[in-house]
Amino acid sequence: MMRILGFAMAGLLLTGAGSAWAAGELEAQGREVFAHWCEPCHGDGPTFPGTTALRAKYEGKIEPVLSKRGDLTPDFIKINVRKGVSVMPFFRKTEISDQDLEALAAYLTRQ
Amino acid sequence: MKLPPGVSQQDFAAAVKDFRDVVGAEWVFDSEEDVNLYRDAYTPFWQEEEELVASAAVAPDTVEQVQEIVRIANRRRLPIYPISTGRNLGYGGSAPTLSGSVVLDLKRMNRVLEVDERNASILVEPGVSYFEAYKHLQAAGSKLWLDVPDPGWGSLIGNAMDRGGGYTMPMYRNHFEAHCGMEVVLANGETMRTGMGAMPGCKSWQQYKTGFGPSVDGLFSQSNFGICTKMGFWLMPQPEAYLSATVSVPKYNDLIPLIDTLNFLENSAITNGMPFLGAPLTNPGLMPGDEVRRPPAAELMELLATPGGPSDAQLEKLARDKGMGMWACRLQYYGPPEVIRAQWAYSRKKFEAIPGATFSEPELLEMPLTPEQIAKVHKVVFGVPNLDIFFIGARSETVPQPSDGHIWFSPIIPRTGEEVLRAQRVINQAAVELGLPGVPFPAVGTYWIRSFMFLYGFPIIKDVATNKKNRESFRKLITIAAENGWGEYRTAPAYQGDIMATYSFNNHALLRFHETLKDAVDPNGIISPGRYGIWPKHLREGRRKP
Repeated sequence: MMRILGFAMAGLLLTGAGSAWAAGELEAQGREVFAHWCEPCHGDGPTFPGTTALRAKYEGKIEPVLSKRGDLTPDFIKINVRKGVSVMPFFRKTEISDQDLEALAAYLTRQ
Repeated sequence: MKLPPGVSQQDFAAAVKDFRDVVGAEWVFDSEEDVNLYRDAYTPFWQEEEELVASAAVAPDTVEQVQEIVRIANRRRLPIYPISTGRNLGYGGSAPTLSGSVVLDLKRMNRVLEVDERNASILVEPGVSYFEAYKHLQAAGSKLWLDVPDPGWGSLIGNAMDRGGGYTMPMYRNHFEAHCGMEVVLANGETMRTGMGAMPGCKSWQQYKTGFGPSVDGLFSQSNFGICTKMGFWLMPQPEAYLSATVSVPKYNDLIPLIDTLNFLENSAITNGMPFLGAPLTNPGLMPGDEVRRPPAAELMELLATPGGPSDAQLEKLARDKGMGMWACRLQYYGPPEVIRAQWAYSRKKFEAIPGATFSEPELLEMPLTPEQIAKVHKVVFGVPNLDIFFIGARSETVPQPSDGHIWFSPIIPRTGEEVLRAQRVINQAAVELGLPGVPFPAVGTYWIRSFMFLYGFPIIKDVATNKKNRESFRKLITIAAENGWGEYRTAPAYQGDIMATYSFNNHALLRFHETLKDAVDPNGIISPGRYGIWPKHLREGRRKP
């Protein structure tokens, strides 16, 4: 019985490690999606219009650099990508696929 | 969902099913949620019945799939609207010119097919963006530069086909003129190659533009005669260095000799970068768009608010008091340091003929730039794609109320100081009468050699009443400009018919020629009906503007 339990525990541990690995992969993919589609506007620096816009909007109360935010939720990210905001247009699925969007959300909501 | 005129629900459904068989179900989009992503994010018809919207979208991955889609569309008489990356914001985006058309989304065809380092050219598919081409060149260690438009997510092919422009040397910054050879899928599903590409096995497709016989490439730009699936471009070899220096002149009417001298220098290829021209009072560094980033000085605002506007002498005095020229031109040069220093020295000598002209110290940068340098420079001048231009309209200290987009009114005007000043007066007066922001100083687009563009931006707001008023104003400006001989170079679908109607010499002989071609090469009128005012026969009645 103990042996069976031991195997089961090992299985759980392996599953957990697999999930962590998969999550790491997803975040890495999300980082690429962010770098390609978002960073040219939302990068960290004075010339990025998206960052400038969020800095003006949040008036210093919230971090304007998206990749440094810790409070974004996956749904918030997905809505903004698919609906657009102000001069930021929405993105088609041939540009950012649903899977890319999952990855982007995983990256921007990473702990 | 809107269906195109004359297409039954049954035919539409059958075509969509056939499209799925060609590209796979994953790449046909017909749910409302997915089709909404093909709306024009900068449409001037937001939430109005007239908004141009697709019925579905299909995204092929190969030329053969494009051919098959065209054949299906022909069988079902279903209009299709090709887009490359769909980022033609301000000029229609990814939305069709006829509501109910199926968008042919070519973004998945994003392969860089060839880079010829020795002859400085690139061959690409329509889905390749400037960002992607740049990344490809960088990864390959190429010493070739792209010429990029302001937003780097556009397509090389799409931008060229819409006749967009960039910021480096004249032979590259007119993107259509910088192309060399194209492959086109015709409305009957056949592929055709232009120029030397028409000869099987020819190795100079990207080296000689016109091939043999009539040169037809221009027919496929700003039109609807075919679907471009490959296009070659000439690239600029990375120069050894870059030099920039500014000439300033003190008098209002000095704009006239300033432009004449600039014309001589550009037409003689003595200055070989893009000149930036303007009034330092509004934009001291002559950086394009800087007047949006930094509001004008309070003294200028006061002067502009005086009844009847300031006199030339008052403006000259304010510029003098602030240690600025009334007008200035920032010149740019690419080449070996010793050559571009000499080119600047000669340019300076020519400008010295204008009494009171002053000059900045030339700034020379050696190439390649470091990442730290790239972060600080005007990136497009160095062929580096970016999205910095979106500061226009995005919220900032100087733009507390962001817009939802913009559309440019940008007529071509003759390249003389007299005409620039006349255009400024005429358009300023029209803007004030229409209740739009005035134009106290001309905003001159210097993208093309031999002509200027006069730039006037309309914000897009997601407000029906504002957009209606702006559309009326835009159309009024088209009419006023045409009465003065100033014609638009490019526009959004909302105004393409209006503008085509102003090119009306001899009872619209040019448009009638376009229509004759359309009827011949696309008799079922399936490719982009209405694009640039060209309608197929069955949709033409009542569409032609007087």
